[in-house]
Parts: sequence; C-alpha cells; structure tokens
Amino acid sequence: MTLVNLRRRFFGDGLNTALTLLVLAAVALGLPPLLNWAVINARFAPDAAACEALDHSGACWGVVVEKAHFILLGRYPADEAWRPLLAAGLIIGSWLAAAFGWLRGGKLASALFAAPLLALPLLGGGFAGLTDIPTELWGGLPLTLLLTSAGMAGALPLGIAVAYGRRSALPVLRGLLTGYVELARGIPLVAALFVASFLLPLFFPDGVAVDMLWRVLIAIVLFAAAYLSEIVRGGLQAFPAGQLDAALALGFNRWQTQRWIVLPQVLRDVAPSLANSAIALFKDTSLVTIVSLYELTGSLGLALAGDPQWRPFYLEAWLFIATIYWLGCALLARVSQRLG
Amino acid sequence: MAASRTASRITQALIVAIVVGLLALLVTTTAGHLQQRGIRSGFDFLLEPAGFTLGESLLPVEASDSTLRAFAAGLLNTLRVALPGAFLATLIGVLAGFGRLTENPLIRGLASAYVNAFRNIPLLLQLLAWYFLLTDLLPATDAALRLAPGIFLSKSGLALPWWVDGALEIPEPGGFGIDGGARLTPEYLAMLLGLSLYSAAYIAETLRGAVEALPPGQRLSALALGMTPRQAFVLVLLPQAWRAALPPVTSQLLNLFKNASLAVAIGYPDLVSVAGTSLNQTGRAIECLTIVIAVYLLLSLLAAALSHRLEQRALRGQTA
Repeated sequence: MTLVNLRRRFFGDGLNTALTLLVLAAVALGLPPLLNWAVINARFAPDAAACEALDHSGACWGVVVEKAHFILLGRYPADEAWRPLLAAGLIIGSWLAAAFGWLRGGKLASALFAAPLLALPLLGGGFAGLTDIPTELWGGLPLTLLLTSAGMAGALPLGIAVAYGRRSALPVLRGLLTGYVELARGIPLVAALFVASFLLPLFFPDGVAVDMLWRVLIAIVLFAAAYLSEIVRGGLQAFPAGQLDAALALGFNRWQTQRWIVLPQVLRDVAPSLANSAIALFKDTSLVTIVSLYELTGSLGLALAGDPQWRPFYLEAWLFIATIYWLGCALLARVSQRLG
Repeated sequence: MAASRTASRITQALIVAIVVGLLALLVTTTAGHLQQRGIRSGFDFLLEPAGFTLGESLLPVEASDSTLRAFAAGLLNTLRVALPGAFLATLIGVLAGFGRLTENPLIRGLASAYVNAFRNIPLLLQLLAWYFLLTDLLPATDAALRLAPGIFLSKSGLALPWWVDGALEIPEPGGFGIDGGARLTPEYLAMLLGLSLYSAAYIAETLRGAVEALPPGQRLSALALGMTPRQAFVLVLLPQAWRAALPPVTSQLLNLFKNASLAVAIGYPDLVSVAGTSLNQTGRAIECLTIVIAVYLLLSLLAAALSHRLEQRALRGQTA
C-alpha cells in the first residue's frame, strides 16, 4: 500500500478525516484508563480485602479465582468435579475435531452425536461406582455444552424427519407438520421453556415425574427441530432432479436413493447452516436460567447474588463468562466455515 | 392409481386417528391432574381481579383491576420497548453496516469489533450487564448525573423533559430525588439498549452481506461513469442491496419482538412476565401460556404480511 493510498484511506475527505480524528481521540482518551483498570491497578489474587481497598480503580480478577468452581460447574459436588470437566472436555473435543478437520464425514458425525451421549451418564452417575448426582445439581459450562450438543443431536434427526414429512404426498401429514413448524418458529424460546416448566408435568401420566432438565431438553429439541427442518427442507428443494433419474436408472429404489444419494449430499450442503443454528442454540441455552437451571449464565448469578463480599465484582466475573461464550461462538463459527 | 389413492386415504385417516387419540389422552390426563390439584380451568379468571400490580406500565394497573387489563398492560409494555427498539436497531444497524464497508480502516475495525462482540455474547448476558451498569454503578438519585440541561441519569433511571398538561415540564433536582418530567426506569433502559444493540449487530451484518453480494461490475461501472465512490455507494449499490436485505432485516426485527420476552429475567413487566405472574397466582398455566403463544403467533403473522407488502413495493420500484 502506497503512502498516497494510506492518506486517501484515512484522510480522503472532510468526513473521513473527522471520523479518523474522532476515533483516534476516543482511543487516546479511553485506552489509558482502561489499561489502568484491567491490568496495571488490577488484583489477580482472590483477596477480598485488597479488592475492596481498590474501590474499583482496578479490576478484581480474583473473583474469578475465588468463584471458579461455582461459575464453571454450578452446584455440582466439588469432590466429583472431574466428571463435569471430562464431560465438557468430550463435547469441546468433538467441536474441535469438527473445527480443525481432525475427523471427517461419518466419523465426525458419530463423534458429535456420541459426545453428549457419553456426557449424560458421566454427569448423572449411579453405576460402576459413580455416585448418583441428581440433575438439579448439574450446572455451569458442562450444562451449557450439554444442552447445546444434546439439543442439536436430538433436533437433527427430528428435523430431517419433519423436512421429509413436509414433502410427502399426504396433505394431512403436510398440514400437521407445517402447523408445528410455524408454531415453534413463531413463539419465543422463553414461552417454550415456560411450557416445559409448567405444562409438560400436566401432560405426563400419573406417577411419572420428569426432571426439569429433561423437560427443558424436550422443549429445546422440539424448538430447534423446527428451525433445522427448514434448513434441511431448503437443501432437499435445491437438490438437482437429474441425480434422482440417474439413481432410478441404476436400479436404486426410493429408500436407497434417499439414504445413499440424496441425504448425504444435502446434509453436506446444509452443514454450515446447521453449524450456525448450533451457534444460536449455544447462546439461547442461557435462557434456561429463567426456569431455574443453572448453566453458565445462571451460575454466574448463583455465585455472586448471595455473596455481598464478592458481588461488587460482578463486572469482572461477567467479562470472564462473556469471553467463554465468545470463544464458544468463534469455535462453532469455525466449524461452520470448515464444513462449507 | 385408484388403489394407491385408497392407500393414501387410509394412511391419512390413520394419522388423523393417531393424532386425535394422542390429543384425547393428553386432555384426559391433564384434566385428571387439574382435578387432583383442585385447579379450575377456563378463561373466566381474566375478568377477576389480578391481585398484583406492575412495576411500570403505560396503562395503570391496580391489584383490583381485571387480569385482562394486566395482560393488556403487559402487551403494551412489550410494544413500548420493542417498537422504539426496532427503530434504534435499524438506525444503528445501518450505520454500523456502512462502517464495515468504508475505506477507512479505523472505522471498519471499530464497526467489526462491535458486530463481532455483540453477536457472539448471549442477549440475556448483555441484558444482565446493562441492568447491572444502570443500577449498581450509577450514582444514587440525590447525586444524579446531569447529562444535559433537564436530563438526569441515576440508579432510579433517566429523567427527561416531558409534556404535562400541554406544557413542557423540565425535571429539577428536588428534596427526594428528581421532580417533574418523565422517567424511564433502569429495567426499561436496559431492555431498550440491550435489544437494539444486539439486533443492530445482526442488521449490520445482513446489510454488509447484501452489498458485498452485488456483482463487482456494478461499482466499477458507476466509477467508470465518473461517480465518486460515495455516489456509487449511495446511488447504485445501496438501492439494490436494500431490496435483497429487506426480508432478512424484517426477520431480525421480528426476532427483536420475540427477544423482548427476555424482560422476565430483569423484571421489566412485558407480556410474558405478566403471564408468568398471573400463572403463579391462579395456577391457570394452560390459559396463560395459550394467551402468550396466541399473541406471538398473531404478531408473527402480522409481520409476515407487512414484510410481504414491503417486498412487493420494493419489486414494483425495481420494474418502474
């Protein structure tokens, strides 16, 4: 880039010059106090007295150290911490495998489905000497990851089935499924979670009590499946008809054509959109705190709300959580790009 | 052919039978549970006294007013935050979208940092942060920040000049805080800021995508015709990109309406939180949630119709 070019880009005309100067002034004024607060005056040790003495002239990152277990794992028993950590590791591992191309095709799909299926018994226990930990105590980052990955793993097969159902020759089936998809897409997730919290218990037969976690997971799967079915349906509609004729000519029957020719290609085509849906779901899992499940966002409140000593440093703990969400979204965005 | 038609009829009848059977099972189970718990059903509770008041509302609600009035006030509160939010989101989104397309690397960097940060942090977490900033970090009412003459910001919200009885009333610091004018609560401000900045980041991204998706020849020919880069952008690129961006932008604004339901987490009394309160008071879960779902479906339908008309108009503009 030449000097003339640089000059045009920063000071091309009056408006451009004014904006450049404005941004530079803002940085010059804002950066030193920000650095002072975040690094120079900040305390990194979990020392409440030293933090209070700062009077917010510096950040108290010690709050993250002090409350690490609560924020990251919620109310999960501390001496069993390896289980949620391993569960989170499995799920993050499967995402990393997708983002960096360690696994491909069928193996990748199996890993993405297997991770939440392994995480569930690991968190729950009650077998092979693992203590039984009730779902009310699950929380923090592992719960966020579990709701996202199990939600996607449950919603994708259902979404595919719904997408095929909406292309069926039976008007009644099409009508019912269209109604379901429009209903789920028309309401906010909060409303679906209220249904899971207050209505689902009324629908189950006598004597069947289902934990809030499972009810919320049912709601998330039904909610996400409606969006995924639209993505898959779009992929099916865009599928070139010539390949169907070719399959027929090769002697494939209808089922074989879909199983071996259409579906693998359609799923590969829509994979980036599916990964984008996973990003949306990852962020949306934060809403389950409204129905008292303490995933990452909920456990932040849980860790600080009742503790007057550390509550003033909410902002520092908030920034820690926000960074985790940001990294999760960035990882899934990479998955989306990689699959594209 | 006739045989396959009969087969299809039989399959459909079977589907209907299964769905009706499941629904019947659901209704009897639910009715049984309601009877066990001694909960009556029906919408008659809407006309009975609500038994609760709202933290804030355009439509005043007393505990003795009907539940229906409380629901109406909740819906009005949803609209009160979502409509200005939609306006602000579009405005900020357009500005940030342009920012990402300018030649100036500083502005481009700033706009992408904004879009990147606000799209990748859950809205609920953003709302909690705004609420914390507006309640815990601001000074108390008696030491309110004076942003401009007659505009005060403190823990108890934003005080603004407002028309009272036909005359502009300017807030003044008084004995017990700030007197006169209108007041916007921290809950409302957190919702408005959170919703509009979150949706604006998505709108900015949509607009950028729409402009970048235009064939590069469009810009080059405009420049060849002697237009400045800015003229080419405003006169040639923008009108075309706007048409492509219209459907996704309307869907973003509809999302903003749906996201207004997160108000329940910070105590702004929108439709969903009114339904939640009423549900806890009366136990009429089915009725309360039916109202919420019906209202949102109606809003979605309205938005779909509106967006269809806008697209039609945009298409007519294209042919003219």
